[in-house]
Amino acid sequence: MALLSLDDATVRFGGLSKKARAAHAALDRVDLEVAEHEIVCVLGPSGSGKSTLLRAVAGLQGLDGGRVFLDGRDQAGVPAHRRGVGLMFQDHQLFPQRDVGGNVAFGLRMHGAARAEQEGRVRELLELVGLPGAEGRAVASLSGGEQQRVALARALAPRPRLLMLDEPLGQLDRSLRERLVVELRELFGELGTTVLAVTHDQGEAFALADRVVVMRDGRIAQSGTPLDVWRHPADEFVARFLGFDNVVDATVVGEAADTPWGKVPVPAGSPQGSAKILVRPAGVRLVPAADAQLTCTVTARTFRGTHVAVHLQASEAPRLEAACALRDAPESGDEVGVAFDAGEIVVLDGLSPA
Amino acid sequence: MTVPAVFFALFFAYPVVAIVSRGLKVGGHWQFGRIADVLGQSDIRHVLWFTTWQALASTALTLLIALPGAYVFARFEFRGKQVLRAAVTVPFVLPTVVVGTAFLALVGRGGLLDELWGVRLDTTVWAILLAHVFFNYAVVVRTVGGLWSQLDPRQEEAARMLGASRWTAWRKVTLPALGPAVAAAALMVFLFTFTSFGVVQILGGPTFSTLEVEIYRQTAQIFDLSTAAVLTIVQFAAVGAILAVHAWSVRRRESALRLVDAAHTARRPRGAGQWALLGGVLATVAVLILLPLGVLIRRSFEGAGGTGLAYYKALTSSDSGVFLVPPIEAIGNSLQYALAATAIAVLIGGLAAAALTRNTSRLVRGFDALLMLPLGVSAVTVGFGFLIALDKPPLDLRGTWILVPLAQALVGVPFVVRTMLPVLRAVDGRLREAAAVLGASPLRAWREVDLPMVRRALLIAAGFAFAVSLGEFGATVFIARPDNPTLPVAVARLLGRAGDLNYGQAMALSTILMVVCAVSLLLLERIRTDRTTGEF
Repeated sequence: MALLSLDDATVRFGGLSKKARAAHAALDRVDLEVAEHEIVCVLGPSGSGKSTLLRAVAGLQGLDGGRVFLDGRDQAGVPAHRRGVGLMFQDHQLFPQRDVGGNVAFGLRMHGAARAEQEGRVRELLELVGLPGAEGRAVASLSGGEQQRVALARALAPRPRLLMLDEPLGQLDRSLRERLVVELRELFGELGTTVLAVTHDQGEAFALADRVVVMRDGRIAQSGTPLDVWRHPADEFVARFLGFDNVVDATVVGEAADTPWGKVPVPAGSPQGSAKILVRPAGVRLVPAADAQLTCTVTARTFRGTHVAVHLQASEAPRLEAACALRDAPESGDEVGVAFDAGEIVVLDGLSPA
Repeated sequence: MTVPAVFFALFFAYPVVAIVSRGLKVGGHWQFGRIADVLGQSDIRHVLWFTTWQALASTALTLLIALPGAYVFARFEFRGKQVLRAAVTVPFVLPTVVVGTAFLALVGRGGLLDELWGVRLDTTVWAILLAHVFFNYAVVVRTVGGLWSQLDPRQEEAARMLGASRWTAWRKVTLPALGPAVAAAALMVFLFTFTSFGVVQILGGPTFSTLEVEIYRQTAQIFDLSTAAVLTIVQFAAVGAILAVHAWSVRRRESALRLVDAAHTARRPRGAGQWALLGGVLATVAVLILLPLGVLIRRSFEGAGGTGLAYYKALTSSDSGVFLVPPIEAIGNSLQYALAATAIAVLIGGLAAAALTRNTSRLVRGFDALLMLPLGVSAVTVGFGFLIALDKPPLDLRGTWILVPLAQALVGVPFVVRTMLPVLRAVDGRLREAAAVLGASPLRAWREVDLPMVRRALLIAAGFAFAVSLGEFGATVFIARPDNPTLPVAVARLLGRAGDLNYGQAMALSTILMVVCAVSLLLLERIRTDRTTGEF
């Protein structure tokens, strides 16, 4: 049985007319299950309802419809402080008038732990998050990354059955974030913690999660392993949210598709008929003009570290992005030929965004 | 929300309405024609005119003298700044009676200036204006200086990088940002001076009379209740208008300003000009604020038989005939009343502030403005209203000791609300949520999260309420019983008697009152941080 399950969970925010409220649900009939020891990451742009999802599970936000179950028990009417879940807030929300130790011990105190037990657990957790001996430090003296760790230790201290993280690494700089993602994943693996995290950063979600859930306008757009979601985005929204811009209308017949860029090969077994197709930048090869099925002008090139993103403009067709090795990248203004790789092309069967 | 509303209805609206209707109702009919009659009298018009122009002049003079002070306190770092800031605030919580007495000792008959140069100002309007500046200096320094110290100096630097001269940058960037705070401070000063009672009562003599003094005269000496009622209504209308403008300017002040931690904006003065400015401000503070207080203290020790404790000793005997009890007992009375008033004010004000934090509907915001009214409504009216309204069942409080603290609490509540509101509003609701998720019940979360954060503000609010209760005069003078006078009432009564002994005792009692007020304020200054700069 799933540790957490949401059944048709719906949250609407007030103030609007009834009709507008129905159209703008923050959570719109969401079904979601999280198994014990699973790490699930909810991914979505801001305003997609991610944080509302966490707040609804925590009991900080009432439901307008549907139910939340923890360990199979309906949580309707159970207040936040009796749900036994942990929530790490986006901006940490450490208690400013308490020191680090006081913050970490807070949940233990609320659960009536003995003083000796509190002290032992605080020491153990601060070691776990890499801040041994920081008990006496003032919260204001901590750097962003340290606050992060203290917030994590505080959330873990009462041993919540489910740990929820709201944009856990949002405010940290890139290198720290990348290191912490790895640390967090190892830590959760060791502790066997069940985790539900939300983030808008796909890199973070893919690195942290066993399973990724993409949200859009209060609904779940796609759910799957990071690899699944990356390889087969469910629809144009997911594809664009993951950073892919080569999405066009096409008509698929057999192993080829008619597109504004001409005939493009698609993998065998793709759905037939009219659909959106995604051409990954890696599937756009630059070839001598003689072998090309399409000629384009290079409008811009962006250095991306491991490769160069080349922006191409074909005549009377949408722009196209190609990924090139550093030494092969053409200059701005060059005329290049383009060929497509079937292996990097996905027929999206979802509906196009309105 | 309900408790403060009922409190105000019972102990503020009801007595005020009762006394106004007593004055204006004849045989069950409202006599609104009286308003025109009274306003038609030339001496009343003269009082109105004097009240307005002295308030305007006091406000202008206060701004002129205090704005450089606000700048110096906001932008300069110098030794003894904390102590000095507390010192300039002492006058504000001093009882008006003491302020009047202090100036009398400075510029009055036999005062310091009289001794030195034969100059007497106590029969001129200058004594009143200077006393008002003395009294309100802190309002400007705290309100304007508090904001000034938090304005980001880099805004001015940005303007200078764009080609503005130092003066232009100040005029175009800092001044507009300060404008609403200056306006708010000016309005508060205008309000306090417009309703000034104790200072004018003592320094004005028979020549100068404000509305409040006239209301007192009409009520307590001439027993012309209908004229007093008309004047109360006039003052009420004027104060209502001032408060409406004040609320509007406060809202404008809340417009987006870039505020920074005050600790980073002050630096040591540099160059002759800045040192001169600092010196000028310090000299002003010394002459205007420290000198009157010093003179008051000196006079309390200087009797006919040389320097000594003669006047203080006289306070302990009851032979003077002014009181039924030794004047020294007024200290005990005052402290007891003020403590009770503080408890009431903190309870009512705290509840009101909590209600105002939780709810932002229009009705509640209106209540916010309403809470300020007791500051401006004639205290004399409230006091007399207490006497005539709360003397019959079901509310027969006449003769009970609680009457005095209730009246004093009315003046304390606005201070409590003003001090608590910014702090309560600043408590992040998500901290409460964080506590809840960690297993704290709502009550526990309030105790663990809110209470530690507002405890300091609560102490400050209690201190202010205590100080203003201690100094409350206008209402207390009516309802304090002759055998239980409070300190300000005792001082006023001593001043009303001829003779050096009575005068000296008034000085001694004022000194005691000042010391009690100053000590409670200095204790406050210790727990006050720059983070919690309230309105006052």
